[in-house]
Amino acid sequence: MSNEEIFKKYIKKLYWLTTIFSSLFIVTGGLLVFYSVNPSFFNFKKETTVNTVSVEEDDYDKIENGIHVRTGLIEAEGLTAVVNNCTNCHSAKLVIQNRMNKERWNSTIRWMQETQNLWDLGKNQEIIVNYLITNYPPLEVGRRATLSNIDWYELNN
Amino acid sequence: MKRREFAKKATLSSLAALIGAEIVYGSSLLEDYNPLALQDPDPFKMFNKHKEMVVLNDKPWNIEAQAHLLDDNITPNSCMFIRNNGLIPQEIDAKKWTLTIDGESVLKEKTYTLDELKSKFKQYTYQLTLECGGNGRSEFNPPAKGNQWTVGAVHCASWTGVRLKDVLEDAGIKSNAVYIGYHATDTHLSMDPTKEPISRGCPMSKALQDETLLAFKMNDEDIPVAHGYPLRLVAGGWPASVSGKWVNRISIRDKVHDGTKMTGTAYRVPCNPVAPGDKVKDEDMCIIESMPVKSLITYPKSGAIIKEGKSLNIRGHAWAGELEVGKLEYSIDFGSTWKTCSLEKPANRLAWQHFTASVDFPKKGYYEIWARATDSLGNSQPMLLPGWNPKGYLNNACHRIAVKVS
Repeated sequence: MSNEEIFKKYIKKLYWLTTIFSSLFIVTGGLLVFYSVNPSFFNFKKETTVNTVSVEEDDYDKIENGIHVRTGLIEAEGLTAVVNNCTNCHSAKLVIQNRMNKERWNSTIRWMQETQNLWDLGKNQEIIVNYLITNYPPLEVGRRATLSNIDWYELNN
Repeated sequence: MKRREFAKKATLSSLAALIGAEIVYGSSLLEDYNPLALQDPDPFKMFNKHKEMVVLNDKPWNIEAQAHLLDDNITPNSCMFIRNNGLIPQEIDAKKWTLTIDGESVLKEKTYTLDELKSKFKQYTYQLTLECGGNGRSEFNPPAKGNQWTVGAVHCASWTGVRLKDVLEDAGIKSNAVYIGYHATDTHLSMDPTKEPISRGCPMSKALQDETLLAFKMNDEDIPVAHGYPLRLVAGGWPASVSGKWVNRISIRDKVHDGTKMTGTAYRVPCNPVAPGDKVKDEDMCIIESMPVKSLITYPKSGAIIKEGKSLNIRGHAWAGELEVGKLEYSIDFGSTWKTCSLEKPANRLAWQHFTASVDFPKKGYYEIWARATDSLGNSQPMLLPGWNPKGYLNNACHRIAVKVS
């Protein structure tokens, strides 16, 4: 192959490369322009956050009839600490259906820390436990409770 | 995240790749990751459950039946309780599913595909009673920690699979084998991949019973995902937690299996009886094996008002763990007098048994019908709560329904 032919080949290669790069440049430029006009279009993370927050902000921590709607927990002192620390791994339903005294809640928290990856609650622990024993105290049911919530209906047998 | 947004994000992901934003997308996906199935959690639709099933917990899912929903002889999926310790596996490919038999006491570690299990070993079908160890927990006083099950954490479905015994023997069991422990593909609530939500098991004697199955069908269909698709260990008569769902490995152990929820206080009761509220050291807690004798009146639903002079036909089921129920009685006077019900033999060992009776009431008023089963060794259900235990297991107190005669 003569030097001229090699040179021509290089020019051809260069031509294609330039074409590819300039088209990429134009496309990217176009996208950048679009981005400057409508930045949220590309920012998925932000978009989601903006959407959920703006749409649901009012409802997210709504309280209705003294109940925190999202979790079903009673609105009272310590609610935020309970929501933030006790509803990440498991449902608030598990909290609500359990009735324990201070000592047993503390040992349950210790168990969750030792085996379930619960973090150190710091000064929130006392706030949380006080909330639980105040709002969900153990009920005295004896050795066998009376049947309750009977849904009476006529049975034609 | 709504479905529409998800679709939008999915479409945009290809564009994201073009502009080199994969990492942004990836990280936001991780943070926002919340599978579609769980975003709009209507458990009744998602799990095909009867609308009167009661959701005790939605993370993890714990759903129980009510007595009257359990009226069928063979419990349909719609009325079967769900007890999950962790999160249901997201992606299950039955074609690629394998089961490995390993452990200190296996002769040769062996892995089987589902198809191999199905073709290599003879298949059996049994009706097997599975009751959650904590069924009835809500009645303990002082209250016990955990999901507050009332009466509905029990079912008796028809399970089809291969005998665990046949598979274990195919891999080979060393003479020092003591226990088997299962491992599964569910996810720990903390999302920590190194933690297993539950990994329980049973002694070799139970593992080698004819009725202990590696099941792939429930009521003649693929097992529903919430109940362990595509492979579930089923050990009837023992706490249902022994019947591991989504099982992909079974270890033959040379000691009592020490997986998650085998140790400490989980599925254990005090070795010696304790006073209500007593503290019990871990080493004084013993593993629950066979469940105690119990029964359920499934018809009529509690709260029936009937006309004076009419008799009332009642029916239900009774079961007794490893044993058979020998007698079923009912009382309409709080245990002063008992009358015998007619009781069927079980369809097979470890299946619940059906009882019926025609009840007459002497006069108008409020009644409770109490049912009491007695097992083949003469143990009956107590009318009051049985021995208190820290985790509230094994409440087999008599079931009762309210009836008014007007």
